[in-house]
Amino acid sequence: MKQAVIDGLVKIVGERWVKVRQAELATFRSDGLPTRESTPGLVVLPANREQLIAVVQLLHQHAIPFVARGAGTGLSGGALADTDGVLLTLTRLNHILSIDPLGRRAVVEPGVVNARLSEAAARFGLQYAPDPSSQSACTIGGNVAENAGGPHCLKYGVTTNHVVMIELLKPDGSLVTLGSPQGETWGPDLVGIFVGSEGMFGIALKITVRLVPIPVAVRTLLAGFATVRAASQAVSSIIASGIVPAALEMMDRSCVAAVEASIYAAGYPLDAAAVLLVELDGGDTAVAIEARAVDLLLRKHGATSLQVAANASERARLWQGRKKAFGAMGRLAPDLAVQDAVVPRSALPDILDKITEIRDRHGLTISNVFHAGDGNLHPNISFDRRNPVLNEKVRAANAEIMNACIAAGGSITGEHGVGSDKIEYMDRMFTPATLEAMCALRRVFDPDERANPGKVIPHHTCREWKSAAHSHHAGEAAGVSE
Amino acid sequence: MSEAFSRIRQLLGEHGIERDATGLPRAVPDSTAAVAAVITMANELQWRVRVEGHGTWLPSDAPADLVISLKGLEWLSSLTPADLVGTVGAGVPMDTLGLHLGEEGMWLAIDSPGRSDRTLGSVIATGTSGPLRLGFGPVRDHVLGCTVVTGDGKVIEAGGRVVKNVAGFDLTKLQVGGFGGFGIITELHLRLRARAGADVTVLARGKRDNLLIVARGIRESSMQPAAMELMSPALAASPDWVLALRFIGAEEAVHADREQLPLEPGVSWEVIPAGQSGSFRTITGMASLVGSVTIRLGALVGGLDDTLDLVASELGEGFLSAGAGDGTIRWTGEATPEQLSQLRRMAATREIPLTVERAPWPVRSAVGHFGAYREGVGQLVDRLRETYDPLKVISVALEGREHE
Repeated sequence: MKQAVIDGLVKIVGERWVKVRQAELATFRSDGLPTRESTPGLVVLPANREQLIAVVQLLHQHAIPFVARGAGTGLSGGALADTDGVLLTLTRLNHILSIDPLGRRAVVEPGVVNARLSEAAARFGLQYAPDPSSQSACTIGGNVAENAGGPHCLKYGVTTNHVVMIELLKPDGSLVTLGSPQGETWGPDLVGIFVGSEGMFGIALKITVRLVPIPVAVRTLLAGFATVRAASQAVSSIIASGIVPAALEMMDRSCVAAVEASIYAAGYPLDAAAVLLVELDGGDTAVAIEARAVDLLLRKHGATSLQVAANASERARLWQGRKKAFGAMGRLAPDLAVQDAVVPRSALPDILDKITEIRDRHGLTISNVFHAGDGNLHPNISFDRRNPVLNEKVRAANAEIMNACIAAGGSITGEHGVGSDKIEYMDRMFTPATLEAMCALRRVFDPDERANPGKVIPHHTCREWKSAAHSHHAGEAAGVSE
Repeated sequence: MSEAFSRIRQLLGEHGIERDATGLPRAVPDSTAAVAAVITMANELQWRVRVEGHGTWLPSDAPADLVISLKGLEWLSSLTPADLVGTVGAGVPMDTLGLHLGEEGMWLAIDSPGRSDRTLGSVIATGTSGPLRLGFGPVRDHVLGCTVVTGDGKVIEAGGRVVKNVAGFDLTKLQVGGFGGFGIITELHLRLRARAGADVTVLARGKRDNLLIVARGIRESSMQPAAMELMSPALAASPDWVLALRFIGAEEAVHADREQLPLEPGVSWEVIPAGQSGSFRTITGMASLVGSVTIRLGALVGGLDDTLDLVASELGEGFLSAGAGDGTIRWTGEATPEQLSQLRRMAATREIPLTVERAPWPVRSAVGHFGAYREGVGQLVDRLRETYDPLKVISVALEGREHE
């Protein structure tokens, strides 16, 4: 990195907030996905919007690529910068600028932590609905970049359904406001286009989100099943019945065992091949009716056990196991390969059988904990990356799972994003013309392709294509390409 | 002109070519590939193309050398009740789609204004949601993905077919409500819903201010109406303003919500009999075609009253409806470009966008569907147009002369 750039950055944010030493940079070498690593040229932590704008303008003057990063909880290797790039960490821009209870809107800076927003809105009887499992740490800016989901997105929608207006800091340092406070588009739906663009269109400097009322009634049920197939069929029946649960989550035996052996033990049935966590919310009457109907469907599909949370603390206990499942799986092996492909909900029984077959054939440990209600799988492979034989099996198994999901008419990612992790699968899902159209869309916002280069699009006309060929894959260095 | 007929005939055969009311050649492709072939040819010959569905919403008056009608894209590829998704051609009329979905125990939660035989492609391309946007979201929330022929003839498969998907950039959002400016939608992958046990519409009549107070109370309650629309007397064909609520769900839950309806002085509730609620919706939907201009504004609920006053003072009350739970306003009547520009400027100062949903070409071309944008947005939209329709083959007025 040129000294003039470093000096310019220090002048804007102060020496303390420009990280250049290798030991400091090591902290930012990966995000929440440990199998991808890349050390940035330097890291800058601006304190406020003025500093951030000045930093981006300086980088534009020097034609330096940059990557915006929130809390670094992403699971796609998306918030990684190469040595020729600057990592902009936005966690200091963490102010809730306003909450409008009547209009049910909040305006926030990108570094606001997801859970803090719902906490602040609660005094008005409101909440911010998207709730990624990492919500106690992840930021709204990161959620916007990834179009993040979460268990309760089955009913309430993902991030894109809750963002109405964005003040965008374009990669050239200029500002533009997209959308409107009400949510009506101002021209084409540029907010919808921006959300989920994985930091490649610029930086969301100010975000206006929709808040929703905290539901009056909530009912949480946990059902155990003797087979994964029976649990999957129960999911399909609930969806086809027209009931839209707030959440409909599944955990298989391996996941339950990991949870129950951890400090997050939630009282899940250890003899079940799979458990379903179902949450219903809304008005008192509607919830009571739906709970009865769900109860019947769960029993019809052979539920071997059924628990209903009697109060808020029991509800919290049932959710604890689900929310902390990824942490609990850390007990199984040093490394965890996480995917989030999506399949049509009716394909769940077959695809879960297929994953079991892949697991057995490769002799791997795969734990499934996922958003069953929308078919969003999370097959987690526990492994030790220091073992090259195991690495190769993990790579092969992941590829087979991805291909099976694509063949079932699904998607390679439902909420984690493509990042650098799934870029190799993009051309299995999209035609060259579609990928080219995506590249072109990126260039509308960022003609120089400097914002988060090397991610999402494996297309020969994009900088991403060229960069992917030279990307730093920690996994590959260790014998893992996943 | 005869060259156009002959070229289209060559591409699509004898059944793929018609003459429109003004004598223009009208291509009627029956596949995405055929649409792409026609658009590619239009690019080669530098013809301007007007895109039509059944021609029931936007007037068929945009200047063009060639018309493409999408009425031939009338296929139902798949309807899957187990997944509540479906893939259908853009030329399928909404009423036909509704019938087929009903047979499978499903429905599409979009109640757009206009005739019931409007094509799905028209509703999606113009982003015209109706009162159900309160309970089920705007049009874009129902579209999982789509096939698009861009203005330069490329075929793009945007989005996916599953209910959750963040793979790649969201090209679908560019097309929904894009008025065709970035391509022609030929096929759609839809999020569908299972038919509910009960679907009840109730009305209250009274003064606008009183009804807005009632609506605010309902919004703050635990009731969950799927729609809560305030309608002007002209729109509702009533001597008073009307607040229409639609409850959709299980029988008992709908009944429980109805029991909670507030009893305000001067406001009485009237249940529309099940057999007549459809006709009530048809009448109010059709009222959007009474005037030649329909506009849409998005206000926050807290500012709804003031925004209704603003619209009424600039354009007259006309056929006016307002989402009392979400703040979307739709007005239909007669308006000059100058009036629309003036209203748009005044609304913009309140951060309220104004979209011209339909109007005769002289009005559309003057003020555009979107008009002048916020600072910096126009540059992005111009680039989007240059990217996906570089020769501006598709005849559409996104910005109008306001932008110049």
